[in-house]
Amino acid sequence: MTHATGYNFAYLDEQTKRMIRRAILKAVAIPGYQVPFGSREMPLPYGWGTGGIQVTAAVIGADDTLKVIDQGADDTTNAVSIRRFFARTAGIATTERTEAATIIQTRHRIPETPLAEGQILVYQVPIPEPLRWLEPRETETRKMHALADYGVMHVKLYEDIARFGRIATTYDYPVLVNGRYLMRPSPIPKFDNPKMHMSPALQLFGAGREKRIYAVPPYTAVKSLDFDDHPFEVQAWDQACALCGATDSFLDEVVTDDKGGRMYVCSDTDYCGRRREAQEAAQ
Amino acid sequence: MSAPLLRVKDLTRLYGARVGCRDVSFDLWPGEVMGIVGESGSGKTTLLSCLSARLEPTAGSVQYDVRGQGLTDIYIMGEPRRRMLMRTDWGIVHQNPRDGLRMGVSAGANVGERLMAVGARHYGDIRARADEWLGKVEIESERLDDLPLTFSGGMLQRLQIARNLVTHPRLVFMDEPTGGLDVSVQARLLDLLRRLVTDLNLAAIIVTHDLAVARLLAHRLMVMKNGEVVESGLTDQVLDDPHHPYTQLLVSSVLMP
Repeated sequence: MTHATGYNFAYLDEQTKRMIRRAILKAVAIPGYQVPFGSREMPLPYGWGTGGIQVTAAVIGADDTLKVIDQGADDTTNAVSIRRFFARTAGIATTERTEAATIIQTRHRIPETPLAEGQILVYQVPIPEPLRWLEPRETETRKMHALADYGVMHVKLYEDIARFGRIATTYDYPVLVNGRYLMRPSPIPKFDNPKMHMSPALQLFGAGREKRIYAVPPYTAVKSLDFDDHPFEVQAWDQACALCGATDSFLDEVVTDDKGGRMYVCSDTDYCGRRREAQEAAQ
Repeated sequence: MSAPLLRVKDLTRLYGARVGCRDVSFDLWPGEVMGIVGESGSGKTTLLSCLSARLEPTAGSVQYDVRGQGLTDIYIMGEPRRRMLMRTDWGIVHQNPRDGLRMGVSAGANVGERLMAVGARHYGDIRARADEWLGKVEIESERLDDLPLTFSGGMLQRLQIARNLVTHPRLVFMDEPTGGLDVSVQARLLDLLRRLVTDLNLAAIIVTHDLAVARLLAHRLMVMKNGEVVESGLTDQVLDDPHHPYTQLLVSSVLMP
């Protein structure tokens, strides 16, 4: 497949890609540390994945296969547009199958299918700074990172338990990377946090508006913060997926009518679809 | 005799050509309460900020008796250790409790913050300690999960004190701790402070313009004017037999009811 004329491979010019790769190298060298980079204007609005798309553009090669998901789904507007964007500007192959992809750009989910060595997971990040709502000054939050001064994060969790009886943070749940840097995992549900721990895949995070890149290299410890007597736990559902019957995946609640009818289905469309195919083949 | 807790030598802070405070020297001993009095603009708060590592002095030194290390210059020791000191061995009580508290989180979280900052990770323990300290500053247990926004001025000030004392500091800096409170609440707070200071053998430096507060709490007094210490000595001695004309003016200006 050839890419559109008039554009450089993967849209960004080579010098910009170099600059982003340098930031990525630094981010990989210091797991969880936010590296500033010169974020560019991209042909989509802030909040739609300008950070992720720049990271993907910097690491993608002609023989890569790209998968893009949004809330776990391959067929939502954001996922479809970004996938088509790279198919046009880089002429690369795209897929919806998690294990067939070499690069997966994601918003709000980590695929249910376990990732493998050699795969790269690119997250779209709205706000990279985990301490932002606790400390508004950037100079101060940087100093807190430098000194590993993270006690205040536990104040937030304490407050959750005092008010709700449990840690009520359900997404963008703060993690400590490699025992050193506090990191926002982007707004993935805390259900996905354990998948980041010791993952064989390289995880890259891009925040376009905030101009930060950070990373979790393969096989790096990622610990979700908690209290000794209120350990970290993930969401659980008392139902299985209404379509494929999975009990181990993250379920979305879908309202089906205006009379209170609702069903729970896997948010990962690839995982759900493939399970159903296998069930039909078995029959 | 043991070493002083805090040794201040020729401390000077200039704001450009203007003087914040100049050539202040004193020693503070463990368990001693030092009062700093003077009119507004006399450099009391500048001096307190310099002493409590929040404002770098232009000249001079502040040495603190770090546990296990002896006297160490607080501006040379480096930021991580200085921060550790500020949240374990020291307490800072602001005049306006809103400056020293997190207004958005519950009273319990406010008291527990220092514990969590030094590594406490057991919710039940943190909560129990916070509850215990609320009791010590005479706030009912049932207010533990309430936001400080719902507290009265006197309660806020007591909450701020609990938040500072929870790590058992040895030295507390107070900037007008009773400012802005009505007299009966002031009296109660002073009683409480006096008891805590004695029970915990705290050393304290208290900035105030209220001579009654100074007389009640302070063992020793420094009188400041135009950034300089004009007179110092035992509290009763300074207040009953003032030598410097400014101190005489200050003492004679107090209204007697």
